[in-house]
Amino acid sequence: MTVPAELPEALLSEPMVPREYRVVSRRRETHDVVTLGLEPLHGPGSPVRPGQFNMIYAFGIGEVPVSASGDPAAAGPIVHSIRAAGLVTRALCDSHPGTVVGLRGPFGTDWGVDTAVGHDLVIVGGGIGLAPLRPVIYSVLANRERYGRVSVLIGARSPADLLYTSELQSWRSRFDVDVRVTVDVAGGTWRGPVGIVTELIPRALFDPASAIAFVCGPEIMIRFAARSLVDHGLDPANIRVSLERNMKCAIGLCGHCQLGSEFVCRDGPVFTYARVGRLLAIQEV
Amino acid sequence: MVPRSRVVIDRGGLQALIATLRSAGYRVIGPTLRAGAIVPGEVAAIDDLPAGWTDEQQGGQYRLRRRDDDALFGYAAGPQSWKQFLFPPRSLLWRASRIDHGEVATEAGGPVDALAFLGVKSCELAAIRVQDRVFAGDGVADPGYRGRREKVFIVAVTCGSPGGTCFCASMGTGPAVGPGFDLALTELIDGNRHEFSLDVGTDRGEEIIGSIPSRPIEPEDEAAAHRVVEGATARMGRTLEVGGIKELLYRNYRHPRWDDVARRCLACGNCTLVCPTCFCHAVEDASDLAGQTAERWRSWDSCFSLDFARVGTGRVRTSMRSRYRQWLTHKLATWIDQFGTSGCVGCGRCITWCPVGIDITEEVRSIRRTEEA
Amino acid sequence: MGIEPLEVLLRDHPFFRDLDESDIQFIAGCGRNVVFEPGAYLFREGEEADQLFILRHGRVALEIMVPGRGPVVIDTPEEGEVIGFSWLFAPYRWRFDGRALEKVRAVALDGVCLRGKCEDDPKLGYELMKRFASILVRRLQSARLRVIDIYRP
Repeated sequence: MTVPAELPEALLSEPMVPREYRVVSRRRETHDVVTLGLEPLHGPGSPVRPGQFNMIYAFGIGEVPVSASGDPAAAGPIVHSIRAAGLVTRALCDSHPGTVVGLRGPFGTDWGVDTAVGHDLVIVGGGIGLAPLRPVIYSVLANRERYGRVSVLIGARSPADLLYTSELQSWRSRFDVDVRVTVDVAGGTWRGPVGIVTELIPRALFDPASAIAFVCGPEIMIRFAARSLVDHGLDPANIRVSLERNMKCAIGLCGHCQLGSEFVCRDGPVFTYARVGRLLAIQEV
Repeated sequence: MVPRSRVVIDRGGLQALIATLRSAGYRVIGPTLRAGAIVPGEVAAIDDLPAGWTDEQQGGQYRLRRRDDDALFGYAAGPQSWKQFLFPPRSLLWRASRIDHGEVATEAGGPVDALAFLGVKSCELAAIRVQDRVFAGDGVADPGYRGRREKVFIVAVTCGSPGGTCFCASMGTGPAVGPGFDLALTELIDGNRHEFSLDVGTDRGEEIIGSIPSRPIEPEDEAAAHRVVEGATARMGRTLEVGGIKELLYRNYRHPRWDDVARRCLACGNCTLVCPTCFCHAVEDASDLAGQTAERWRSWDSCFSLDFARVGTGRVRTSMRSRYRQWLTHKLATWIDQFGTSGCVGCGRCITWCPVGIDITEEVRSIRRTEEA
Repeated sequence: MGIEPLEVLLRDHPFFRDLDESDIQFIAGCGRNVVFEPGAYLFREGEEADQLFILRHGRVALEIMVPGRGPVVIDTPEEGEVIGFSWLFAPYRWRFDGRALEKVRAVALDGVCLRGKCEDDPKLGYELMKRFASILVRRLQSARLRVIDIYRP
C-alpha cells in the first residue's frame, strides 16, 4: 500500500538542514489552530503526498513535524495547519506573511488514496486529526466517480474547535458524500449531534467487506474508532491510521518516534491497523 | 572469514605498526589506563598500552587487577566504547546566520580526523558493524557518520580475556574477530614469547604492514591462536539463550518480570551510555540572544529519560517498567526487525556499569523460565 | 394523513425489534403519539419522570443548565433511539432537560403503566431491561470517552 517516499536529492545529502520557506498566507482556524501557506525561497518546492509530513523549523527555536493539509492537486504554496501547543508551534502560529521558516521533507508514508479507488470510503477525523485527512477529502472529491460511497465523520471537542468550517459546509452541501459532524459537548445553539465521533460509525453507509477507512485524531480516538470499524465488519488491513510521536530527525535515526519496531517517521505515520493495532493496545509501548 | 594473509609480528613489530599509522596521518587511539579503568586514548607507542593489566567485572562492579604476564590486550571491555569517535556524544550539525530579508546562510560541521583504532575487540567490531547498519544502512544515511567511518583504520584484537559479564559467544560476535577490520591481531603470550598473529583484511591493511618486520605464520602459531579463541569461549561470564528471543519478548509485554526489574532500575541511563550500539540521540536547536545565529546540535540521548517519547503534549512511558522494557525489547527484539541483526553484542558493559547490577541475561532467562513453566 | 396504530409504529422501531406481537400490543396500551415543535421541551430537570419517549423522527438535546455557561448539551438521541430512563427507578425525577432540536415525533410510553406491566410479566420485564441496559451501556461508554477529554492539548 504505502511505501516510504523517495527522498529528494538535497535531503539525502544533507538530511538535517532545513530549506528556507516564506509564509505567504495565514488563516486562523480556531483559537489554537492556524493554517499557513509556505513557498520556497529558492528553487521549486517538494510536493507532499496526502499523509506525509514536513519538519517545520522556527529559526533558533526548534522543529516540529506537521502533516500536509492542502490540496495535493493544487499548484502553489504548501499548506500546513498547526496547533499551538508548545514553544515551536506557538512561534509558528504567531508568524505572518513574510516570515521565513525552515522546512525539511517530505517524510513518511502516505494515505495511498489511489489504492482505494473503487471502494467505499469511511473517513474518520477527530480534532486536529482532520488536518492530515483534508488532502484525502480533496483528492477524493476531485475524482469522485472513482470511488464508491464516501462517508466523512468528524468529531471535535466543541463547535468552536471545528476546523475548516466553511469547507465542511460546502462538502455537506454535496449530494455524493455523507458528512456527519459531532462534538463532545455543545452550548444551546448547536443543533447537530453531541457525542464521541465513534458514535457516527453505526449510521454511516458502507460495504464492510470492502470499505477502506482513513482514521486520524488523538491516539485513543484512533484505537476506539478502529475497534468500532472492525466490529462493523471492516478488515483491519483496510483501516489506515495516521499516528503521531515526537520526532527529532524524521529520518529514522534518533530513535524517539519508535512504536515497537516501527519508526513512525519512516514506516509511518500512516499504518494499517492490522500492522499496529496490537501495539496500540499495549500500555506505554 | 578467510584472511588475505597471515604473519606473525613481535612487540617491535607492533611498535612499528603504531609508528607507521602515525606517519600515514592517522591519530592512533588505543586502550590506555585512566582513572582506574581501561579506556580509549591517544597512543604514541606500545608503552602507552595497559601492559599487564586486566579487569574484573560483575554486576555493578569493575576493578583493575594486575596480571601475571605483560599482555597488552589482556582485559575485556572498559566503560567507553569506540562509539564516541564514530558517533560523538555531542556534535554540531550546522550553524546558520540571518542575512537580509530573513534569509539564512548555513555552514555544516567541521573537518574530520583520520583515526586508527588499535585494539578493537571482537564484540566492539561487531558493535561497529551494528552501528554501520543503523547510520549507513538501507535508510537515510547519516553523512557525518559515513564521513568519519570511511576514514577509520581498524586494528582488531581477538579477545583472550573475557570478563565476568561477557557473553559474546552467545551472541555470535566473538571471541574470534568477525568481518570489518583492516588488520586483526591475536596476542600470543606465554613464558617463552610475546608475539601477535596478524591477519590482513583490506588493501589498506596490506599497504600499512608492508614495511613492518614480520615472519611467516607457522602451524604452531595458528594452533596457539586457535587455543586463545577456545579458551576464551570457555570462560564467558554469562550466557544468553538467543533462540526465538524476538518472539519471546514480543509475547511478553505484560510479563510481571518487568515490574520486578522496575523496582530495581533507577533509570540512570548508564546502560545506554556504555552500550556500544545505542544510537538514540537528541537534536537541539539553539540561538544567540539576538536571534541572529542559530545552531543545531546532536547529542546522545537515552530512552530511559521521562521525556524521551511523547505523543501530543504528554509522555508515553512514564512508568519505570515501560522504560526498562523499551530498552531491553529494543536491544534484543525490535532491533532485529529494524536492522536485521540483534542490537546486542554481548560485551556485558550494561551489566557491569549498572549501579544496581541489573543483568539482561538474567532478565531474559527469568521471562523464558516462566514461559516454559 | 393516515394515523397508524401505535403497534405498527412500535414494531417498526429498532428498540422493539424481535419482540413478541402480544408484548408490543401490551406496551402499545401504555402509549400515545406525541409531537414536539423545534425548541419545545419534552421534560425538565426536577419534574416528575413518568414517561419515556420512543423517538420516531427528529433529534432531541439532553441538556444541563450550568450557571454561567448556559445550557450544555451532553447527548443527542435521535430517530431510532429511546430517551428517558429516570422513570425506571425512584425518585422518578428527570435529571436533565430534554429539548427538541427539530420537529420531533415520538411515542410516549407511560412509565407507571410500563413498570406495572413489567412487574406482572417478569419475562417481558427482563426482555425490556436487556434492551434498556444495552442502550445505557452504549451511552455510558460514550460519556466515559468524553470524560477523559481526548482532545485536551
